[in-house]
Amino acid sequence: MSSSPKSISISVCMGTGGIAAGGAEVMEAFESELARRGLRAKLQENCTAHKVGCRGFCARDVLVDVVVDGQRATYEYVQADMVSRIVEEHIIGGAPVEKWFAGPEYEAFHVGQTKVVLSDCGSINPEDIDAYLAVDGYTAIQKILCEMWPEEVITEIKDSGLRGRGGAGFPTGLKWSFAAMAKGDEKYIICNADEGDPGAFMDRSIVEGNPHALIEGMSIAGYAIGANLGYVYIRAEYPLAVQRLAHAIEQARQREFLGKNIRNADFDFDIRIKQGAGAFVCGEETALIASIEGGRGMPRPKPPFPTHRGLWGKPTVINNVETLANLPYIIRKGPQWFASLGSEKSKGTKVFALTGKVRNTGLIEVPMGIALKEIIYGIGGGIEGGRQFKAVQTGGPSGGCIPTELLDTAVDYESLAQVGAIMGSGGMVVMDEDNCMVEMARYFLHFTQEESCGKCVPCRVGTKRMLEILERIVAGRGELGDVELLLDLGEDVKAASLCGLGQTAPNPVISTIRYFREEYDAHIVQKRCPAGVCKALFEYQVVEPLCKLCSLCVRKCPVGAIEGGKKKLAKIKDRKCVKCGICIEVCPFDAITQVDIHETAEV
Amino acid sequence: MEAGRVFKITINDQAVEARTADTILEAARRAGIHIPTLCYHRQLSPYGGCRVCVVSVEGIPRLVASCTTPVTEGMQVRTDSEQIRKIRKTIVELILSNHCNECMVCEVNGRCELQDLAYEYGLKTIRFQGERSQYEIEDQNPLIERDYNKCILCGRCVRMCDEIQGVGAVDFSKRGFHAKIATEYDGILSCEFCGNCVAVCPVGALTSKISRYRGRAYEARQVKTICNYCGCGCTLNLHARENEIVRVTSLEDDGVNEGHTCVKGKFGFQYINHPERLKTPLIKRNGEFVEATWDEALDLMAENFTRIGKEYGSNTIGGLCSAKCTNEDNYLFQKFMRTVIGTNNVDHCARY
Ligand SMILES: Cc1cc2nc3c(=O)[nH]c(=O)nc-3n(C[C@H](O)[C@H](O)[C@H](O)COP(=O)(O)O)c2cc1C
Ligand code: SF4
Ligand code: SF4
Ligand code: SF4
Ligand code: SF4
Ligand code: SF4
Ligand code: FES
Ligand code: FES
Repeated sequence: MSSSPKSISISVCMGTGGIAAGGAEVMEAFESELARRGLRAKLQENCTAHKVGCRGFCARDVLVDVVVDGQRATYEYVQADMVSRIVEEHIIGGAPVEKWFAGPEYEAFHVGQTKVVLSDCGSINPEDIDAYLAVDGYTAIQKILCEMWPEEVITEIKDSGLRGRGGAGFPTGLKWSFAAMAKGDEKYIICNADEGDPGAFMDRSIVEGNPHALIEGMSIAGYAIGANLGYVYIRAEYPLAVQRLAHAIEQARQREFLGKNIRNADFDFDIRIKQGAGAFVCGEETALIASIEGGRGMPRPKPPFPTHRGLWGKPTVINNVETLANLPYIIRKGPQWFASLGSEKSKGTKVFALTGKVRNTGLIEVPMGIALKEIIYGIGGGIEGGRQFKAVQTGGPSGGCIPTELLDTAVDYESLAQVGAIMGSGGMVVMDEDNCMVEMARYFLHFTQEESCGKCVPCRVGTKRMLEILERIVAGRGELGDVELLLDLGEDVKAASLCGLGQTAPNPVISTIRYFREEYDAHIVQKRCPAGVCKALFEYQVVEPLCKLCSLCVRKCPVGAIEGGKKKLAKIKDRKCVKCGICIEVCPFDAITQVDIHETAEV
Repeated sequence: MEAGRVFKITINDQAVEARTADTILEAARRAGIHIPTLCYHRQLSPYGGCRVCVVSVEGIPRLVASCTTPVTEGMQVRTDSEQIRKIRKTIVELILSNHCNECMVCEVNGRCELQDLAYEYGLKTIRFQGERSQYEIEDQNPLIERDYNKCILCGRCVRMCDEIQGVGAVDFSKRGFHAKIATEYDGILSCEFCGNCVAVCPVGALTSKISRYRGRAYEARQVKTICNYCGCGCTLNLHARENEIVRVTSLEDDGVNEGHTCVKGKFGFQYINHPERLKTPLIKRNGEFVEATWDEALDLMAENFTRIGKEYGSNTIGGLCSAKCTNEDNYLFQKFMRTVIGTNNVDHCARY
């Protein structure tokens, strides 16, 4: 029998994933249930339901934590119509609805992680400054304003070993010291929240889940370099993040954590939001600055570096969201603590968006130096459906792939670079035997090609020509010598391009050739796609002896490519077929197979 | 930064003098060392887009664009190596792979910077086939033809129009392979038609409509002169073919105008050979203009000025002068009106 609860705290995931899965409705259902059953009235402030940001395992949303008298239980896949049962049986009845509990994967997903920058993400209400204050929020800025000179802050960050999380891994303290020393009547801090890598959502989740940590981090950076104004450059496609950030900035101003003479320490700091239109190249520092200034997002040559001549020609530090959101934790717990995490040259943790063919996809934070294997097989739970792992791509369109034999590679800046990949900003795509590496390279190059700003020749025309060669290869029109041409041109594009976009765009091509040359050769020489992905290189056929003349495929084919009927052998007209694979799925007798065209050509 | 401090750098093992504000390219050019360029223009801000000017610098892992990289004391630069030559050749090859290579009928054949580089790097074959830009030629104006199928996106026209002409009529539009120079909303050109963009275009993308097919630069006799439109005194270079002026260019390093002109200087030369051009004074006799000598004309004017002054007073006479004349001419004109004719009624199209 249950004793009536004395405190109830419910947190509902309302990150972008949570909201998409129905988080708002779940939240509303809890609110009305708690009110309807009189729990609100009875327990007053000891009965709360609040929204939280992303907790990483978005595939299981809506995730809900129910804490009754200090006992926490996590539910997954919660929908609004499940709420009344949870309230009745768990909260009132004391008997949790165990069959709706988050499964063992949830545990496995989290156990291998070390949370620093995400430590409060997904547990506090991002729209409530008091929730951040309750977890020691804004104590770091107060500490440095009362106790430290700007140079001391820079020294602490240097000592912590923090390196930029935006991709290149430049030491943050060192970057700050350049801007601190540069002459200028005004200086600026810019937070780079452009996050243009396809599939990446690390920065978005931080802004949505704990915007105050970013604000505090920017204030710390501002104090250190002598800036009184910060800009957050964030893509307009992130409306929830923009809204929560704007709300948090307003709250911080009201509580005087932003504004004039903060904490009576004679330090002014404020933050403006600049929404970008969503161009990958605008993540590049100088293009980003041009965009804030109202110009076209085109990179310019460096030097001068932004730390000397940045926004409006003034010394400017540009840091990534994750870099900045780490700062309050480093100041609070000390640089030695931070430096104790991670590997020799890469300190702390890194957030990744783990996607692709692993069982558990989502947002993860791991200590630097962890082996890729541990991420993929530990946190990620291995490959879906028991298939064979093939490669993992880090660094998105600027990165490279890492094959099975190198899965022991440590996740740090140097080790990843050594195997031809990069740390990047946190994209991690796992591929299995069903992924075609040539197609993967084509996909990424297609992306960078479209996103090239068009300023410099090697990137504007070079990536286009590389893409065209890849398009030929996946279409079965590759020629001997194409791979050599790709490598040759790729090297020139990397060496001659003006900005990081062009300088890294060939990486996915070069690294797939390095590790999967045989797949290229299969496409070019045998006109065969070993993974069965490239549509031009296979066709579907009905295996006569197996077909039971049921005509199911005839009816299901969305484009009417299959001739036949009851009692009439099905026949696929290759010209019409769009290779969607539906017929293979629906045929109850496995009578349809995928055949490489080079085989059919010989028959 | 101390402006203009002089120090030494090394280019290809040769000691070269450089100044604080120099780029590598500027120091090299002054020392007579050749580095190819396409987007660079001495009068315009550094751009760094074409990348043919890449060089290597001791201690910097990447190649750098010499046109945008400032010199530092003791810098060791190499302007040529196998890798550098290969990259330059690839860049020119990439440009040509998206270029309508029609030098035979191209206005700038023989004075085309792209053609020169293709020749310098011996680009007989192009390894890349693929999409080529296909733009309609834009010439809905009397003076300038814009053929962006030949454009190499060096951005010189954009910088010229913005930084020197102060008009900003054109800019980059779209991105990646589809980037294109355009006016607002990619419409027709409606600007001052000064032609300075035409002057700096390194290829045949921007050309003068009135000069086309009237002889190439190397076929013309080029004569340096001063523009006779106004008192600015711009230096022009007239191209004459078969005793007819077919084109006006101007020399970047010469004259008060340093190569810039206005629409009249650049495009307004057709009156010179025009059949209706006024060559002698005309006097109206019996309602018709008839040719006269200068003496006849001047006598007639003097006679009438004297008569009118006597009959009606000299204040009934006024004089208008023109900005086409020099300051000295204008000064003399008002002096003449005031002291000889005896009137203060003088004015000028730009006001005295
Ligand atoms: C094409 C391109 C896109 C980039 N996109 C981003 C981005 O979306 N977010 C980011 O933080 N950095 C991005 N960067 C890196 C930034 O230019 C810059 O190095 C970084 O924001 C510096 O911050 P950090 O030192 O904290 O890493 C990009 C760079 C390039 C060349
Ligand atoms: S490398 Fe690409 S994105 Fe960067 S400046 Fe050149 S064209 Fe633009
Ligand atoms: S693959 Fe799709 S389009 Fe082709 S025959 Fe089967 S069902 Fe029709
Ligand atoms: S612009 Fe130059 S390279 Fe192009 S067609 Fe004309 S002369 Fe030839
Ligand atoms: S003609 Fe003169 S004003 Fe017109 S676009 Fe060219 S430079 Fe600009
Ligand atoms: S039109 Fe001429 S000057 Fe303008 S970008 Fe193209 S090539 Fe350069
Ligand atoms: S949005 Fe809910 S876990 Fe990511
Ligand atoms: S001339 Fe230097 S990049 Fe074009």
